[in-house]
Amino acid sequence: MLDQEIKYLKFRSYLNTYCPHCHNTLNKEVREEKSLNFDAKYKGKDTELILSPYLDVFEANSTIALENGDLLDDLTCPKCKKSIVKKDMPCGECGSPVGEVIISAFSKLMPFYICLKYGCEWHGLTKADEKRIKLKIPRQMMPEQDQTLRVHNHQEVPYGYTSELALLEAGRCLQCKKPLCVEGCPVNVDIPGFIRLVTEQKFDVAARKIKETNLLPAVCGRVCPQESQCEAKCILGVKDTPVAIGRLERFVADFERKMDLVKIPEIKESTGQKIAVVGSGPGGLTLAADMCQLGYDVTVYEALHETGGVLTYGIPEFRLPKSIVQFEINFLKELGTRFELNHVIGNILTIDELLEHFDAVFIGVGAGLPSFMKVPGESLGNVFSSNEYLTRMNLMKAYKFPEYDTPMPRGNRVVVVGGGNVAMDSARTAIRTGSTEVTIVYRRSRHELPARQEEVHHAEEEGIKFKLLTTPIRYIGTENNTIKAIECLRMELGEPDASGRRRPVPIEGSNFIIDCDLVVIAIGTGPNPILFQSTPDLKRNKWGYIEVDPETNETSKEFVYAGGDIVTGSATVIQAMGAGRIAANAMHKKLTAIREQEQKKKKKVKSEKV
Amino acid sequence: MFQIVRKQEMAKGTIIRFDISAPKIALKVKSGQFVILRVNDTGERIPLTVADKDPFAGTITIIFQVVGKTTALLRSLNEGDSVKDVSGPLGRAAEIENIGTVVMVGGGTGVAILHHVAKAFKDAGNYVIGIIGAKDEAMLILEREMKGICDEIIVTTDDGSYGQMGFVTEPLKKYLEERYDIKLVYAIGPIIMMKNVVKLTRSFNVKTMVSLNPIMIDGTGMCGGCRVKVNNTTKFCCVDGPDFDGFEVDFDELMHRNSLYLQDEKDSLLASIR
Repeated sequence: MLDQEIKYLKFRSYLNTYCPHCHNTLNKEVREEKSLNFDAKYKGKDTELILSPYLDVFEANSTIALENGDLLDDLTCPKCKKSIVKKDMPCGECGSPVGEVIISAFSKLMPFYICLKYGCEWHGLTKADEKRIKLKIPRQMMPEQDQTLRVHNHQEVPYGYTSELALLEAGRCLQCKKPLCVEGCPVNVDIPGFIRLVTEQKFDVAARKIKETNLLPAVCGRVCPQESQCEAKCILGVKDTPVAIGRLERFVADFERKMDLVKIPEIKESTGQKIAVVGSGPGGLTLAADMCQLGYDVTVYEALHETGGVLTYGIPEFRLPKSIVQFEINFLKELGTRFELNHVIGNILTIDELLEHFDAVFIGVGAGLPSFMKVPGESLGNVFSSNEYLTRMNLMKAYKFPEYDTPMPRGNRVVVVGGGNVAMDSARTAIRTGSTEVTIVYRRSRHELPARQEEVHHAEEEGIKFKLLTTPIRYIGTENNTIKAIECLRMELGEPDASGRRRPVPIEGSNFIIDCDLVVIAIGTGPNPILFQSTPDLKRNKWGYIEVDPETNETSKEFVYAGGDIVTGSATVIQAMGAGRIAANAMHKKLTAIREQEQKKKKKVKSEKV
Repeated sequence: MFQIVRKQEMAKGTIIRFDISAPKIALKVKSGQFVILRVNDTGERIPLTVADKDPFAGTITIIFQVVGKTTALLRSLNEGDSVKDVSGPLGRAAEIENIGTVVMVGGGTGVAILHHVAKAFKDAGNYVIGIIGAKDEAMLILEREMKGICDEIIVTTDDGSYGQMGFVTEPLKKYLEERYDIKLVYAIGPIIMMKNVVKLTRSFNVKTMVSLNPIMIDGTGMCGGCRVKVNNTTKFCCVDGPDFDGFEVDFDELMHRNSLYLQDEKDSLLASIR
């Protein structure tokens, strides 16, 4: 049995339920599950009722088909056979008679009412009681591929929630009046709103609720760092663990997709204005979707032969299946977005040329130029930038070499330099190519690892070693000029630097050697110069990223907007999407104003003619 | 999809010339720039320098030597067939100025790229001296075209089967000794040839540009696979090049890096034959 299921069953046993007369327990083992059962009468017939673990719905067993609105005649304790219907107290919602049981949800006994009208969810608990019961439900884990098996394939690791687990997890949400989680989300998804829809089992409606503000829930549910965004603000997290918002998001998006319930939203009347988007990554896609729905004619230019940007070339298959990315892009195509592949903007068309044909341009090209450390030996064979390594594996599908023509970089002992998500992705990809030993070398300590906790945890499960407080100072090659070892220095943490993290300081004379035959350098990226070579008038900051007005994301060039990594430097998928959304709103406002002005002019001309 | 409009086999079928319909690229491409080409859905991305263009017909010309699986696959295509992706133009264009006398040195398939650059130099009003070389007569390409462009031309073959016997460096040395007005040498060809040309021109202190052809994946500055050491700093050939000052290039490192995938290339070719 999965660890998962055990936890789920454990929860059911938290709710011990007793008869108010004989104080015998009403819990019963049914199909190896401990559930809350009692005898009931319906139109004179005996039946068995099961209380659901979320305390809001109860279901009859299969001998009787109850429908919403059906009223039960009687409810009795199976042990003492006494009726537990409470005569002097009607249901607080529908006025029907109710049954009373005693529950011990926490170290306290309290009455709990079950409305005899099927479908009514009143339970007589005060808000405080309800909250305390919800607090008892543990955070639900996602079932995932066995760690010994998954290092031999490239399939996705977590399977995602089942609907049962999703209901249980959604039941934990306190539905705060002032939800802090929404503040924590860069695009302010209505999180309590969609979770409430999950508890109502309207999974597809929940997915649409998210899509009102976040176009790519299936992607964000997988790759967003929720633990530092929405989940970090969840009130449950103060004493216990926060609601697994990301996992729920992923569940509803997958449900909608797999059940084929995706609906094309209504598109506004065409405005006749044209938008060009440079780069088909998350920022560009968000803007394209928004503008399409508002009635603009959108064309997305992509430099590579496949759409999706970092979602396609960067994030590995086992973390974000490419079929999902392509599904989302097909959705955009159905909205009316045009995609032009193999167009390196700056070369084949410049920004100025785009402005001749389009009313506005959005630049979302990301930060794709890999950084190197400038230590000796970096140009040795089998030393890769993480971009090259991941591009080969993901975009070019090198792991299927020789079916695909791009050769797969492989090594027995792999060292990945860096501690971010990209480093984790590279290391976990390497272990899937059959490497016997994969080591991550990072110059600070575990506490400072910039990667998501979940990724670090997965990496460790898969047997990846961490050499922390270590920095490479020289790459040593064989006589054939391929890598054979790295000379490293140990570090210790000194005073905090500008970013607030403690600065690593090398320990003199602590040099040591790590043997390896493949190195991936994952220490970050910078802005790509191609676009700027032909657009020198685009204002940039001292790191080379584009300067924008934070309110509108408009650049120093009018009608040219930018967002994502090319503005902020390496960041997250959702931040890029947030930037795309801001630009879309500003662009819409500006273009609408222009449209209205032109219409006024036309009217004026017309009236003058008359 | 990009259609092959014209196919021509050269050098006993080991060097192929394609005219590919790519109107947008044909309008923009300048001499020295390259494209990335992918034959089919499972193909790899290979960089090929544009050897000529016809903006009116909307075609670009690529000339390649058959060395591995992808180029073998390309050769198997005929007029009317299409390749999946052509992305470009990429890289910086060659800096063309009217500076007086330039010597254009080309070897092997490098002549294909060279003739595009030579044309631009001629059009800019320079006196162009061409030196082109090949292994033997059969492997010599674009001789007629080069003759049409250059004011003076010398042809060498390694075995003496045509033109002068020997390497391109010999006539170059003669020119450098005899003429004092040579302002620039442009060398495009095998790395070893470029290395030797640079060795020679360095002793005469004549500025030399070389066009490099390292291993690339995306060709847009994203992977860093094409990094070369120029003036002791790491440069990306696809965005900073492909043309560099020959005096500053670390040719040995480039040679090592280019030989990294020879075994994989063989495996891939064999697997495709089976």
